[in-house]
Amino acid sequence: MLHIENISKTFNPGTITEKLALHNVSLHLAPGDFVTVIGGNGAGKSTLMNSIAGTYPVDEGSIMIDGTDITKWPEHKRAKYIGRVFQDPMMGTAAGMMIEENLAIAERRGLTPTLRWSSSADGREHFRKLLKGLDLGLEDRLESKVGLLSGGQRQALTLLMATMAQPKLLLLDEHTAALDPKTAEKVLALTEKIVAQQHLTTLMITHNMRDALKYGNRLIMMYEGHILFDVDSEKKKTLGIKDLLEMFEQAAGSELSSDSLLLS
Amino acid sequence: MDLVIATVSQGMLWALLAIGVYLTFRVLDIADLTVEGSFPLGAATAASMIVAGAHPLMAIVAACLAGMLAGVVTGFLCTKLKIPALLAGILTMIALYSVNLRIMGKANLPLLQQDTVFTLWNVGGLDKSMTTLVIGTVIVLVVALLNYWFFGTELGTAVRATGFNPHMIRANGINTDNMIVLGLLLSNGLVAISGALVAQSNGFADVGMGVGTIVIGLASVIIGEVLFGTRSFKNCLISVILGSIVYRAVIAIVLQMGMPPNDLKLFTAILVALALSLPLLQARWNKFRKGAH
Repeated sequence: MLHIENISKTFNPGTITEKLALHNVSLHLAPGDFVTVIGGNGAGKSTLMNSIAGTYPVDEGSIMIDGTDITKWPEHKRAKYIGRVFQDPMMGTAAGMMIEENLAIAERRGLTPTLRWSSSADGREHFRKLLKGLDLGLEDRLESKVGLLSGGQRQALTLLMATMAQPKLLLLDEHTAALDPKTAEKVLALTEKIVAQQHLTTLMITHNMRDALKYGNRLIMMYEGHILFDVDSEKKKTLGIKDLLEMFEQAAGSELSSDSLLLS
Repeated sequence: MDLVIATVSQGMLWALLAIGVYLTFRVLDIADLTVEGSFPLGAATAASMIVAGAHPLMAIVAACLAGMLAGVVTGFLCTKLKIPALLAGILTMIALYSVNLRIMGKANLPLLQQDTVFTLWNVGGLDKSMTTLVIGTVIVLVVALLNYWFFGTELGTAVRATGFNPHMIRANGINTDNMIVLGLLLSNGLVAISGALVAQSNGFADVGMGVGTIVIGLASVIIGEVLFGTRSFKNCLISVILGSIVYRAVIAIVLQMGMPPNDLKLFTAILVALALSLPLLQARWNKFRKGAH
């Protein structure tokens, strides 16, 4: 499904702020894989995700989705295959537009926009049904501007938008990090439900080790721009947070210093 | 009464400028100074065509196309060459000054004894100012309806979303560069039509008639938004048109009260500066009042 071969990325090369963010990273995802990604700040998690999404080009290596080489594709073209939910709840939706308008855009993700009127009675009925599945009462608020929604509601809506035109790959970049714990749990449960229903191949970054162990069938730990270890489904079931920390120390040769990882 | 009709019809002719400025300033979230050049470009194109014997309506179409081209140039500068939008607009505006002089061949082109879109039809024996009002209103209504339709289509929705959140719309597969160029094209097309209409109404095109048009457009947009609301895109369109009329009324009133016409631009600039800082001033005032209690 997703084949990443030896990608590297350096920010601000040749300056004093030069930062090697990804170093020869290779990753293969089978169809239906739900991979959680953990690692401390600056480990390269977000850079990996943004490189796949095409936010910026990689310096070396190649990225293939379903046999198509997308390494040189611009971000908007990759959207045909990729659904995304960002960490910032403001980023995935257009706040000044109605829920209905946001959904109408997402429904045609990756298609060339036409001069057809974007709103229709059939469309609204379909959107209502989808929103009902979120169980947030949004089905009666199609004409509300998205800016009026809470962070949790917006992330749930963005998740729906990212998946309503079924993507080949779903990228979740710490999409619950900005939410309070209770809301985060709800959005994660919703994520699991949607991913399972559509058998989506998913890459989910999280800061929370418990979530990383609880969700998905595979786990990768990143450290200083490379993948430190990759845990498969069988082994993942038996792991606890303590085991993860031990594995990290062994592989990295140092103690895990990121407090945020330890505390969560 | 005459003054009221003249004021409203002027408001209508300038309303297309206001809609154009609304499309860039609010919809695309870009302050586009191209309008200072595309407004006289529309006037120059239309006047030259009419003097050369073209039909006044054809002159308006040609003006619109010229304005669109100006918008595309600015769009190219800011998307493909990555020049900041404000500077890109200034560059096009300055370039257009020379272009407009070339089109007209001189700084001022009168339309004496020429047919204009306002003299073509004698609508039910109405006098000149009433005719201007009727024709101006019809054109504005047609343009407003076309805008309402376009910005409700998938493509138009994508342009609006680009202004609200480029990350979101790129993640949904839309090339934001193309949307910005398209928005600038439409905006400057409308501004040029406005210039063509004003030239035909005034009876001349002048190379200097673009000075301050961005501020006039902004004043209309802001007045309209404050007085008539921003609930939906339709609401915004209507607000901007009405805002243009109210702006003309305000100008007419202060002139009646004896303000020298030379001070008009200063007055408008202060008006817009005040309106733009209103949210901040309001917040300060609320804070101040809370502190007092």
